[in-house]
Amino acid sequence: MSVEIESRECVVRGDGGVVEQLVVNVGPSHPSTHGVCRVIVHLDGEVVTKAEPVIGYLHRGIEKMAENRTYLQVVPLTDRLDYVGSMYANWAYCRALERLAGIRVPERAEYLRVIVCEMQRIASHMMSLGSAAADSGAATMFIYAFDQRERIIELFEELCGARLTYNYVRPGGVSFDVPEGWVETALAFCRTHRAALTEMDRLYFGNVIARDRLKGVGVLSAADAVAWGASGPVARGSGVNFDLRKHDPYSVYPRFDFDVPTGSNGDCYDRARVRLFECYESCRILEQAIAQMEPGPFRTEGLPRLLAPRPGDAYDHIESARGSLGVYLVADGTPRPYRMKVRSPAFCNLALLPMLAEGHMLSDLVVILGSLDPVFGEVDR
Amino acid sequence: MALVDRLGQTLDSGSGGGIILTSVDALANWSRGKSLWAMPMGTACCAMELIAASFNKFDFDRHGTFPRPDPRHTDVMVVAGTITRKMAPAVKRLYEQMADPKWVIAMGNCAISGGIFYYDTYSVVRGVDEFLPVDVYIAGCPPRPESLQDGVLRLREIIATGSISPDRVREAVLTLPSSGAVSFGKRPGEGEAR
Amino acid sequence: MNIPELRDHLCAIHPDLCPLFSIEFGDGVLSVPCEKLYDAAADLRELGFDRLGMVTAVDHGTEFEMVYRLHSRSMSAAIFLKCGVSRDEPRVRSLVDLWPAALWQEREAYDMFGIEFEGHPDLRRILLPEGWEGFPLRKDYCDDRVVRRPDYI
Repeated sequence: MSVEIESRECVVRGDGGVVEQLVVNVGPSHPSTHGVCRVIVHLDGEVVTKAEPVIGYLHRGIEKMAENRTYLQVVPLTDRLDYVGSMYANWAYCRALERLAGIRVPERAEYLRVIVCEMQRIASHMMSLGSAAADSGAATMFIYAFDQRERIIELFEELCGARLTYNYVRPGGVSFDVPEGWVETALAFCRTHRAALTEMDRLYFGNVIARDRLKGVGVLSAADAVAWGASGPVARGSGVNFDLRKHDPYSVYPRFDFDVPTGSNGDCYDRARVRLFECYESCRILEQAIAQMEPGPFRTEGLPRLLAPRPGDAYDHIESARGSLGVYLVADGTPRPYRMKVRSPAFCNLALLPMLAEGHMLSDLVVILGSLDPVFGEVDR
Repeated sequence: MALVDRLGQTLDSGSGGGIILTSVDALANWSRGKSLWAMPMGTACCAMELIAASFNKFDFDRHGTFPRPDPRHTDVMVVAGTITRKMAPAVKRLYEQMADPKWVIAMGNCAISGGIFYYDTYSVVRGVDEFLPVDVYIAGCPPRPESLQDGVLRLREIIATGSISPDRVREAVLTLPSSGAVSFGKRPGEGEAR
Repeated sequence: MNIPELRDHLCAIHPDLCPLFSIEFGDGVLSVPCEKLYDAAADLRELGFDRLGMVTAVDHGTEFEMVYRLHSRSMSAAIFLKCGVSRDEPRVRSLVDLWPAALWQEREAYDMFGIEFEGHPDLRRILLPEGWEGFPLRKDYCDDRVVRRPDYI
C-alpha cells in the first residue's frame, strides 16, 4: 500500500511521440507523506506529469462535533486539530470566542499565551525540519531536531501536565500559571537552542547533498503564493512578507522587536531555511516576553461555565507555525456554537502540491510535500 | 521464563557446555518476542508519541522494536490514531499484507474506542477492533511513550504463551500492576511475592 | 486601514456597494445578493483584496449563507463577503477564475453542504470518500451510525 503501480498505459504526447505513462499510488500510509495523505502520481519515466493529492483520511468531523458541545467543551477538540502545535488552535478558537462574547483577557495571560505559542513554533518547526530532512535521507538531522523538540515538550508537560494535547489556552486566559523555576528553565533553553540551531544549520543546510536536493525544487512564485492563499513559511519562502504578528498585530505582539525572515527563490531550500530562522526570532520574542511579563491574574475570574454569547458571528486568526490559522464562529444565543469553521493554513498550502510537483522527479515529490509541512489533523479536520 | 532467557548461565553449567535443552515453543516464542518489528500505523496525534518513543530520549530500539513502514517486514502493527471510515480499508489491507505471526497494538483512546471522537461524528470508526484482532490496548490521549513501551513488554508476555501447535496455546496471565518505566514509589506490602 | 476608512474608500469607488456594507464585531461585512457575488468579488479584487482567506457556508435552516473572507496586504484590511443561497437549489458562481485558492475550499463547501459552484473545473468530494450519501454539515443531516452525545452540559 505504500507505493504501488495502479496502471501502465501508452499515451500520445502533444508532439506526437508515444510515452508509457505509469500511474503510481503513494500512500495513504507512507513514511514520507507526514500522516495519511495519498498522492496519485502520473509518471513519464521518473518525471511527474501530474500529482493529485487525495485527502480526507483523517476527517473526523470536528466542525460537526462542535455543534453539540458547549463553548468550553470545544477547546479540547481544537487540541486535536494541529497535533504538532496544539496551542495555536486553542488560541485561535479562544480569540474568536472572546471576540464573540466580549471577554477581556488579563495582560499576564496574553504574555503566557505568547510565550507558549512561540515555544510551540520552535517545537513545530523542529518537527517539520527534522521530518522533511529525514524524507530526503538526512536522518541525523531528525535526531538533532527531535532532541530540541523534546526539551520544549518537557517544559510544556511541567506547565500543564500534557505532552501533546495541552488544553492550555482557555477562554478568558490560560489554565495554569507558570510553576516555580519554569521561566529560568525556559530562558536557559533559549540559550542552548540558539547554539543547536547554528549547529543544525551547518549540519543540514551546509551539506552539499541536502542543498542539491532542496535548491531549485518546487519553485513557488510570489504571485502564485498570494493567489493560492498560501501563508506562513510557504508564502514567506517565496518572498511574500506576510506575517499576522506584524501585519495584523494581535495580543501583545506590537511590544516585541522581531524580524520576519523571508526567502527570495521560493524553492524548498528557502521554505526550510525560513523555518530555521523563525526559530531564532521566536527565541528573541520569548526572551522579551519573559522580561516584560509582570505578576497578576492569569485568567478572568467570574466567567460563567455556560457561555452563551449573543447571536452573531466572529472570525479571528493567529499566525501559527503553518500560516494564518483562523476560526469562524457563529452563535445563536444558546450555550453551543451554531457553526464552527477552522480556516486551516495547511489545507490551503497543500493545494499547491500539484502545481509544485509537476515536472520534478518522483523522489522530489516527498521533498516538496515535506517543505509544505502539512499536518493532516488540520488539513482534514 | 524460558530457559533460553538464561542462555549464558545455562551454557556454562550444562554438561560439557554448548548444549541446552528447551522446547521448540520456548525457542520460537523467545525469538519472536525479542525482535518485534513494528508497523507504525500512525494516523493522528498518537503518531507523534510513536515517533518520540523511537527517538533519542525513549529509544525503542533497546527493546528490539524497530519501526519499519513496510508491512511485509513487520510483526506487530501499532495502530496509533483515529481511524476514519475512509482510512479503515487501507488499514485492513495493510494488516493483511503482514506476514504471520502478527499482532496488533491499539495505541490511544481513538484506536481503542474512538475516544474523544466517539460521539456526534459521522466519519470515525469506533475502535480498531471493529475490524482487526487487537492484542494489547494502551489507554491515553495520547499515551506517553513509556506506556507504549510497557505495551510492547506486555505483548511479549502474550507471545511467550503461544505455541507453534495451535492446540497447545496457553491463556495469557498478565501481572499487575504495571512493571513499566513509570513508578510511583513502593506502597506498603508491595515488592513481596504475590 | 481601519474599518470606517475602508467603508469610505469602498463608497468612493463603488457607490452601489456602499449600502450593503455593515460592521459586525469589528469586521467589515458586505452582504450582496447571490447573483451579484462574482461581480462584487471582482470589484474587491480590483480594489486590492488579493487574498481569498476562507470560503465556507452556514446552514440557517431556511437558506445557506455563503461566507467569504478577503484580505488585502496593501491596505492591511480584511472584509467578509456574504450572500444567501436558496436551500432548494444551492447554486453560486465559482470564484476560481479570480483566486485559485477557491479551488479546494469550494470543493470542501460542496462536500460538506452540497453547494454547486458554477464554473468550478473539478467539483467533487474532497474530504469524504466518493459515494458518501448526504452532506454532513447541513443541520438536517441524518446518519444512523452517529451516536448522539448524552446531554450532560
